[in-house]
Amino acid sequence: MSLFELVRVAFDALRVNMLRSFLTMLGIVIGVGAVIAMVTVGAGAHAEVDRQIQSLGSNLLSIRSGSRWFGGARTAAGSTQSLTVEDARALKAEIPEILAAAPTNRGSAQVVVGNLNWSTTIYGIDADYLVARNWVLSQGREFEPSEYRNGAKVALLGSTVVNELFGAGNVVGQQIRVKNVPFTVVGALKGKGQSVGPWDQDDTIMVPFKTAQGRLLGKSKHRSDSVRDIYVSVRDPRAMDFVQEEIAEVLRQRHRIGPNQQDTFSIRNMTEMVEARAEANQIFNMLLAAVASVSLVVGGIGIMNIMLVSVTERTREIGLRMAVGAKERDIMLQFLVEAVTLCLLGGLIGIVVALTVTVGVAEIAGWPVLVEWPIIFIAVAFSAAIGIFFGFYPARKAAAKDPIEALRSE
Amino acid sequence: MAFLRCHDVHKEYIVGTETVRALDGVSVTIDRGEFVSVMGPSGSGKSTFMNLIGCLDRPSSGTIELDGESVSDLTSEALAGVRNQKIGFVFQQFNLLGRTTALDNVALPLLYGGVEGSERARRAGEALARVGLDDRAQHLPSQLSGGQQQRVAIARALVNSPDMLLADEPTGALDTATGTEIMNLFQALNGAGLTVIVVTHEAEVADYARRILRFRDGIITADTMDEVQDVAV
Ligand SMILES: Nc1ncnc2c1ncn2[C@@H]1O[C@H](COP(=O)(O)OP(=O)(O)O)[C@@H](O)[C@H]1O
Ligand SMILES: [Mg+2]
Repeated sequence: MSLFELVRVAFDALRVNMLRSFLTMLGIVIGVGAVIAMVTVGAGAHAEVDRQIQSLGSNLLSIRSGSRWFGGARTAAGSTQSLTVEDARALKAEIPEILAAAPTNRGSAQVVVGNLNWSTTIYGIDADYLVARNWVLSQGREFEPSEYRNGAKVALLGSTVVNELFGAGNVVGQQIRVKNVPFTVVGALKGKGQSVGPWDQDDTIMVPFKTAQGRLLGKSKHRSDSVRDIYVSVRDPRAMDFVQEEIAEVLRQRHRIGPNQQDTFSIRNMTEMVEARAEANQIFNMLLAAVASVSLVVGGIGIMNIMLVSVTERTREIGLRMAVGAKERDIMLQFLVEAVTLCLLGGLIGIVVALTVTVGVAEIAGWPVLVEWPIIFIAVAFSAAIGIFFGFYPARKAAAKDPIEALRSE
Repeated sequence: MAFLRCHDVHKEYIVGTETVRALDGVSVTIDRGEFVSVMGPSGSGKSTFMNLIGCLDRPSSGTIELDGESVSDLTSEALAGVRNQKIGFVFQQFNLLGRTTALDNVALPLLYGGVEGSERARRAGEALARVGLDDRAQHLPSQLSGGQQQRVAIARALVNSPDMLLADEPTGALDTATGTEIMNLFQALNGAGLTVIVVTHEAEVADYARRILRFRDGIITADTMDEVQDVAV
């Protein structure tokens, strides 16, 4: 008998008990659905993590003033500003793996344009900052070296600030007031989109470091070159740990911190932080994997159960088929194909349901939808394999029937 | 020319500690084109005999030859092939597939004979025409009378052009008039050259045959030829 004939016979048999066939499939539907959902959501989440890492700045280390622990109680990081602009320069000069080392300070302020005002975060930056944090301009230009040097009253606007104060359109050359000081906008930054956590990276204004120190952030209690954070971009992601060690070494020397003394700074690997949070997603994935495997096994057993019932119900049919010339192999194949058809249908329904759900989830979470086609094919093959595995015993039982006994049965 | 040759055929069933001798040394030769009626009381071994010569089972001892070839020790796969190609079975209970049309029921043996789709439909249609049911091809068994269902079953037995038609109490589930119809059909088929062997316990039914085998306790007690019936065809 050709495969086509076998499948047709299988469909005829399954159609007779439509509801029963559907209920039997359900375990496979859920199992395959969970696997596909897991992989698709996982791939989307992974891509999202990559995007977030990219948006923070690739291979980014952040060094913050302040020790982690001080006299047993944690001091707020950044509360004492021990780092300096000179530290940043020294790091870049002494550690060749460092691509950019950007000293920054930040504070919050009201920005006023005409009768609109908007409260945002102001960063005092130097030329390395845009490199380290992967900022790209959408309009205008970066600050000139002379503007950095002289503390010029110029600003770059993040996309959220542009939207709030200007709507769409060209902002280059516009005047804004920050803490009553007039600034000229020289450029705007391309949006980074979805933020990392609750923090909107695009809600920002950048001014030259020196300008911020002098006029905006009012750091009178600190030295004029003290900084809160230094962002370091490393050339090679594999060198992150090594560079982290090097930085600590250089800073300890510069700050004369002895071997038994507490560091006055802390270094964080931003990439690792995002990845650590992504690991929470893994737990969700493992839960789905557990549901999937339990469901597939239960589904498979359900298939086996129904096939056994079906073989018993159709004993006479089996006897008749044998009497007119069906070989044991024909009977075996008939029931095996029936089980596989059941599983494949379940698998296909599972795939459709899972893709529908994951597209929905991705939509809500703002993730990209990444359909992993190989896993779809694997799921289809796996459903067929379940059909063969759990269908084998009932099919063999059918094929082993004695034709005379089978014909006599009720 | 001998088509079927049984020599000292025994069939024993072991039920618990007892051995039931369903056939206890049966030897018989049946020629091509014969119309044989098998009679005997219930439990005398008629069905066992039919199942053995129909290759549904193997004898405990003795030999059965079909067409000069011994089938006593063929593999079950080879037996299935013989059933498919050389033998047509008709049962008391029709044994049609309930959710399958008359045409597809008739075509079933062709499916296992590896006959291709369109050819199958053609030959099944022909077989239905031979039993006078070509206008019922798309009917389900439940839409047919008992006699019509048995004729569909006969068409199924004929579809592979077998050498021998075996019918075990084919009229047992039918009323007398319909039974007569079926027997007339067998007679016509036999007239066209087909070897027919029918189990029955009704004397009138046996009258259609030219030869009667009487069974009792697993042996053939009488093998009579009715010369008078020669003119009936
Ligand atoms: N599968 C079986 N197991 C045990 N005994 C059987 C089996 N089949 C038939 N017999 C016995 O063999 C004898 C002949 O049975 P059978 O050929 O069916 O008789 P008939 O068809 O003439 O009524 C009976 O005694 C019956 O009980
Ligand atoms: Mg009987």
